[in-house]
Amino acid sequence: MARVSVRNVWKEYGAQVVLENVRLEIADHEFVTIIGASGCGKTTFLKMLLGMEQPTRGQILIDGVPIRGEPDPDRGVVFQRYSSFPHLTVLENVMLGLELRASKLSGRMFGGARRSAHQAALAMLESVGLAHAQDKYPAQLSGGMQQRMSIAQAVICKPKILLLDEPFGALDPGVTADMHQLILRLWAENRMTIFMVSHDIQESFQLGTRLLTFDKLRHDPQSPEAYGASVTYDLKLERQRSSDSAAQVALGA
Amino acid sequence: MRRLINQHPGRAAGIALGVLPFIALLILYVMASQIRLAENAGDKLLPSLGTITDTLHHYAFEEDRRSGKVLFWADTWASLKRIGAALGISAALALVLAVCIGVIPRARALLSPLLNTVAMIPPLAVLPILFIVLGLEETSKIALIVIGVAPCVARDLALRVAELPREQIIKAQTLGASTWQLILRVVLPQLWPRLIDALRLSMGSAWLFLIAAEAIASTEGLGYRIFLVRRYLAMDVILPYVVWITLLAVLTDLALRLLRARAFRWAEPDR
Repeated sequence: MARVSVRNVWKEYGAQVVLENVRLEIADHEFVTIIGASGCGKTTFLKMLLGMEQPTRGQILIDGVPIRGEPDPDRGVVFQRYSSFPHLTVLENVMLGLELRASKLSGRMFGGARRSAHQAALAMLESVGLAHAQDKYPAQLSGGMQQRMSIAQAVICKPKILLLDEPFGALDPGVTADMHQLILRLWAENRMTIFMVSHDIQESFQLGTRLLTFDKLRHDPQSPEAYGASVTYDLKLERQRSSDSAAQVALGA
Repeated sequence: MRRLINQHPGRAAGIALGVLPFIALLILYVMASQIRLAENAGDKLLPSLGTITDTLHHYAFEEDRRSGKVLFWADTWASLKRIGAALGISAALALVLAVCIGVIPRARALLSPLLNTVAMIPPLAVLPILFIVLGLEETSKIALIVIGVAPCVARDLALRVAELPREQIIKAQTLGASTWQLILRVVLPQLWPRLIDALRLSMGSAWLFLIAAEAIASTEGLGYRIFLVRRYLAMDVILPYVVWITLLAVLTDLALRLLRARAFRWAEPDR
């Protein structure tokens, strides 16, 4: 379960208002896509969901509980770049979350526990189509493969919420289509609530069950920083949200 | 004819070109030495290669009558012990400081101004203090090298930690990493190759401080020997000692480079 409530959230940097009075109720297992012009605060919104930034006013709750003010395993993330660890192989990257959870002191697993984590990570890699690259380092992978790994790395920890910050923005169009299928399938299989920031309108309509646009409601030409952006459109997209049909969409897309 | 910037030497030619200046220098030395010795057979400034070899043989394979030690190797061992201990301590100290400063904001606020100030102290200026406080034994010599090397390495490493993409640090937290786990699994492993680079770069100043300390107060060591025989204009000892120190430094550098390439394959530019 991961219902998200955003209650009158403001984000201000000094006199500059980035977001004003954002109010949202997001149901469990929603796929929320967020679009808007650059600088409209959509990434700031994502950072607040993640705990990287704190709202200056208002609060964000998951299942009725205020979120922690720092990132935690409830909220997985895939950035556009740099979200993998260059010193670990693909397999080690995916195993890392399991190892951190199992051993507070060394952050490593040994023996049987390690073998089963190894199996789980391998299965995850299989599922995102990266099993053949398990022993490579991230720098040896193409952009699309790196994002697959990064998604696998996040999803294996079974986060309640998965945050995607323009994850496919730097990829070739052909690769992007494959990634769309992948993320829809993982969304259906893992029952996460997904928030995805995108600059691609078509992608946002195609993937989302709910689409938000961020923009300024008011504009003061004399002082453009006086008003912040808020949610201007909040569209519920017509698509059956049951896991089966989502999987079908994924396979048929 | 292609431009000069596009003409690459082959493998053999590349090696030959690299060796060429060394041979040229050697020939130049031998010629200059012969000219001087022809004028004055007792000249000490540019001894012949024969004289140098004889002296070196005496130093490296015969026991010193007074101390009963083979001086060349005793000096080498004494110096290597000092520089090895000092570099080890510097590396450990720098690593701990850099990780604290780079990862923990409170530690950064506490330690960063201090480190930046300490790094500016000219180490040789505190050498008298070290001799007074720590005595003339090994401790003060090692301390001088540590004071000279550790702050620079620490600053360099702290910068490297700061260069780690913020996305990585956030991602690790979303995978459940505590501060300790983040240091252990994300920050430290990425710092090792940087540490090797930093040590390689500070090797020159480490030797500088070692020889300075040995020159002033010591009873053995490569730097001590050079400054001791200087009184007798014994270029036949000084020259091979300088070459030997250089060779040791070059070999250490090479060893560190190989270690980096072997142990941290992920950090190599072209795999």
